[in-house]
Amino acid sequence: MPYIANTVEDQQQMLKTIGCQNLEEMWQKAGVTNPAPELKNFPEGLSEPDLVKHFQHYAEKNDSALTCFLGGGFYDHFIPAAVPALVNRGDFATAYTPYQAEASQGTLQSIFEYQSAICELTGMPVANASLYDGGTAAFEAILMAVRIKRKKMRVVISDTVSPLYRQIMATSTIGHDIDLAVVKTEASESQDNLQALLDCVDDNTAAVVVQYPNFLGGIADYRLFIEKLHAKKVLAISVSYPIAFGMLETPGKMGFDIVVGEGQCLGISLNGGGPYLGYMAVKEEYMRKMPGRVVGKAFDKDGKEGYVLTLQTREQHIRRQHAMSNICSNENLCALTALVYMCLLGKEGIVEVAQQCAAKAVYLYNRLNKVPGCKVVGDGAFFNEFVLELPSDAETFAKAFLDQGIAGGLPLGQFYPERKNQLLVAVTEKRTKAEIDHFCQVLEKLL
Amino acid sequence: MTYYTKKHEWVKIINQKAVVGVSEYAASELGDVTFVELPSVSDSVEGGEYLCTIESVKAAAEVYAPIGGTIAAVNKKLEDDPQILNDSAEEAGWICKLDDYSEADLMELMDGKEYKEYLKTL
Amino acid sequence: MSLIFTQGRPGRRAWRLPALDVPKKNAVPKSCLREAPADLPEVSELEVVRHFTNLSRKNFSVDTQFYPLGSCTMKYNPRVNEMLAGMPEFTNIHPGLSLTKEGEKHMQGTLGILYEHEQRINELFGFSAATFQPMAGAHGEFTGISLIAAWHRDHGTWDQRKVMLIPDSAHGTNPASAIQAGFIVREIKTGSKGEVSLEDLKANLDEHTAGMMLTCPNTAGFYNDGLSEMCALIHEAGALIYCDGANSNAIIGRVRPGDIGFDAMHLNVHKTLATPHGGGGPGDGPVMCNDTLKPYLPVPRVRKDAEGVFSLDWNQPKSIGKVMPFMGNFGVLLRSCAYLCRLGREGVRRVADNAVLNANYLRVLLTPGYDQTVSDMCMHECVFSASRQVKLGVHALDISKALIDRGFHPPTMYFPLIVPEALMIEPTETESKEMLDSFAKAMLDIAKVAETDPQQLHDAPITMPIGRLDETEAARHPQLRYVPEA
Repeated sequence: MPYIANTVEDQQQMLKTIGCQNLEEMWQKAGVTNPAPELKNFPEGLSEPDLVKHFQHYAEKNDSALTCFLGGGFYDHFIPAAVPALVNRGDFATAYTPYQAEASQGTLQSIFEYQSAICELTGMPVANASLYDGGTAAFEAILMAVRIKRKKMRVVISDTVSPLYRQIMATSTIGHDIDLAVVKTEASESQDNLQALLDCVDDNTAAVVVQYPNFLGGIADYRLFIEKLHAKKVLAISVSYPIAFGMLETPGKMGFDIVVGEGQCLGISLNGGGPYLGYMAVKEEYMRKMPGRVVGKAFDKDGKEGYVLTLQTREQHIRRQHAMSNICSNENLCALTALVYMCLLGKEGIVEVAQQCAAKAVYLYNRLNKVPGCKVVGDGAFFNEFVLELPSDAETFAKAFLDQGIAGGLPLGQFYPERKNQLLVAVTEKRTKAEIDHFCQVLEKLL
Repeated sequence: MTYYTKKHEWVKIINQKAVVGVSEYAASELGDVTFVELPSVSDSVEGGEYLCTIESVKAAAEVYAPIGGTIAAVNKKLEDDPQILNDSAEEAGWICKLDDYSEADLMELMDGKEYKEYLKTL
Repeated sequence: MSLIFTQGRPGRRAWRLPALDVPKKNAVPKSCLREAPADLPEVSELEVVRHFTNLSRKNFSVDTQFYPLGSCTMKYNPRVNEMLAGMPEFTNIHPGLSLTKEGEKHMQGTLGILYEHEQRINELFGFSAATFQPMAGAHGEFTGISLIAAWHRDHGTWDQRKVMLIPDSAHGTNPASAIQAGFIVREIKTGSKGEVSLEDLKANLDEHTAGMMLTCPNTAGFYNDGLSEMCALIHEAGALIYCDGANSNAIIGRVRPGDIGFDAMHLNVHKTLATPHGGGGPGDGPVMCNDTLKPYLPVPRVRKDAEGVFSLDWNQPKSIGKVMPFMGNFGVLLRSCAYLCRLGREGVRRVADNAVLNANYLRVLLTPGYDQTVSDMCMHECVFSASRQVKLGVHALDISKALIDRGFHPPTMYFPLIVPEALMIEPTETESKEMLDSFAKAMLDIAKVAETDPQQLHDAPITMPIGRLDETEAARHPQLRYVPEA
């Protein structure tokens, strides 16, 4: 039997020790009177070679060679070979949550380093050890804001925050008395209408959530906006794509109180849906209201430095129904992945990745501007993603691109009905000039 | 005279202010206090309403106002040295002082003797 | 060990990009350009490899030590699953493809695996539909009981019915999840075998009850009879019942909670289905349910047509919405699906058989040295109390630290809360008899040391790079990030 060490002899000896003739007797004594449901629709097991064949059959049905211009919060970046090589080490991958600090210094120190790296990237002073993904992190940020502001139960959200995340926020807050007010931006632009957001703020508003850069790729300078929010005693939450901070001013410098987002871009494979990495970084004064695990420095009686899970009284295993969140497992190995990636790229590498993404996006943008029949939307301020307006339904174009081996972009009509003819296009450092030129050639032929 | 609640808060009137804290029993149950989230001066609370949270390494406890009033002062020393609460929960470890406190609420509470008896039942 | 931030030299870089093949421009407004770059490490690839390899060696792991953590199911993580999960045909799929009908055609392999996995777990546990969206057990609990809340809202009973009954011995995530989902929590007393007091249940079951959460087998490691009757009682009272499947390693292939009467259940794939724990994730917490709750499952559902083509069905008007952006942590689910395919019908039965056999074998071996509240036949885990040792001033914590010195990861401590000085031991089915024998020997040895030289245990562990850390100071003055020396 796969993965089981007990031989028939072992079993017999052990059964004898526990005073049973056979396994049936063991089950009876344990209280399970009928331990053999039919399971007629559960197939018999496969040998390892047959298992591999079974999955190769599925692999053949996936088209993993598409040239990827899809973004929407998830990006096709280079992943250095050393990342999986280190992260997949059994000592990391098969370890448990580091509750026993003396036996888990590898995990604990790496989380401490990860927290430090996230702080550096976002310009915020405190980060946690990870949450499930950017969407649930955004939801947790809302809960946190409401906790901090105690009696204020309303959160204003720009509709340029990822529609996928807004769905998660709605589903996840249904059990809370929180009023989520989504504010529309102008239909023709991609930039946030900050005044519209400010106008929506009332006395019951705990926080405003924006995405920086936003879901449509647009960039705004939030400094003045945040000053106004703070004057009204409202918190500013940003949902952000971290690679952007290789080039963009940090949310910390802008004045945001809570920063969350998706860390998949930091060395984690796209994987068709997960696992991903929710990161969260906050201002010092909100540290104790932050959900999720957090690692801190500690000393033993000989003064030796080590790391330990701290501020655990915020968590479910102690506070139970009064916990900050119900989160238990998080995405530790993904956090480790992001850390290793950030170390391999290093101070200069992160800047270079961002510069290449921006440069290649501008290259595509400029080329598209010369293609008759389509136009790029917005005021021309973006990082590596922008909206392309086509003469008809964007889904038709997306299909045509796929037929040519290109994942051309995300049709926006399913999220923003007035943007039916628009495609969200992202460019990363992985796209070559030839691939970008090919994209334009294909589009020209289609138009 | 010190009055106690069933949730282990205490209150005593000193210089026309109601001084509030948690009992020795509560402090010892909590273990080493790591953080006290003090309430805000000039907020008003009702008797039984949430006041603040005390965190220790292994637990976190919500503290409720034993009587209603307006918060006139908070014990800032607890921010820098939460250990004070463990050392002297019913004296130096006071949490806040209330103005305009409710005499009526005070009448509902236990005195020292009643509280000691109550602890025996736990 | 020094932090990676204190290593390296300015200008050092581990990894380089291909040269930029287009003009170096950007479209970022000047005021939004970053002034000072992030102070990330500047190290060589070898420095990175050495740092993380050496760090990893400071960990205990299933690959290196016996890890009998009760309720965590630290079983062997098969390597073939790692190989399959790393195939570029699976890792390179952008999830955005799942957002268009055309895109679905290019990820048939991914959709096919999700479809097969759903069929398998439904068959194993006796349900008719499932979602893989919850990204961990606690997330699964939240999602599963949200289905119950949605059912009540749909039937107009949510206004009066908001109480979720939860045993006092339940894992902390149960009440935490219930609050998140909008319920009011009411605790039900449990007995020494972790069984729910029928009397207390009946007293608390009323017209305000929305549902009940039960862990099966329970958190004290026992299988309770009368579960069908309890499910019937809950249903008669107009409520629904949820199964916390964290302990499923004891019943996989042997008991189907759906058949017993549970309306929904979650699984922890990083426990029962052998996906790696990763030091605290990623995992996945699929939720299975019966026909009553099926309409409320998150969207999309995965369908297969007569020609074997897989597609996503977004047309679920009563769905609670989404709890994660796509269909679930696919990279993790691929591993759990492969695990079930490899084991097959007989294989899963052997898992439960040996998980329960191993736990009972340990139980008998440890009985001479440690107290037990109940010494009946347990399921996949046995709970001991260090109450005998406490009289000598030795606590469950000391015993745990002493085990580290002897090369074993400690069991779960201080859970369930109903057992004082609890040590919950779950060996899992992948351990050998010799390992169990040597663990029992170590435990009994520690029990002797508790009598002869308790101070030795208070000092433990002494063989690790660091000893017990001052957690009080760490919480009083948190230092949560690297700060360079001034």
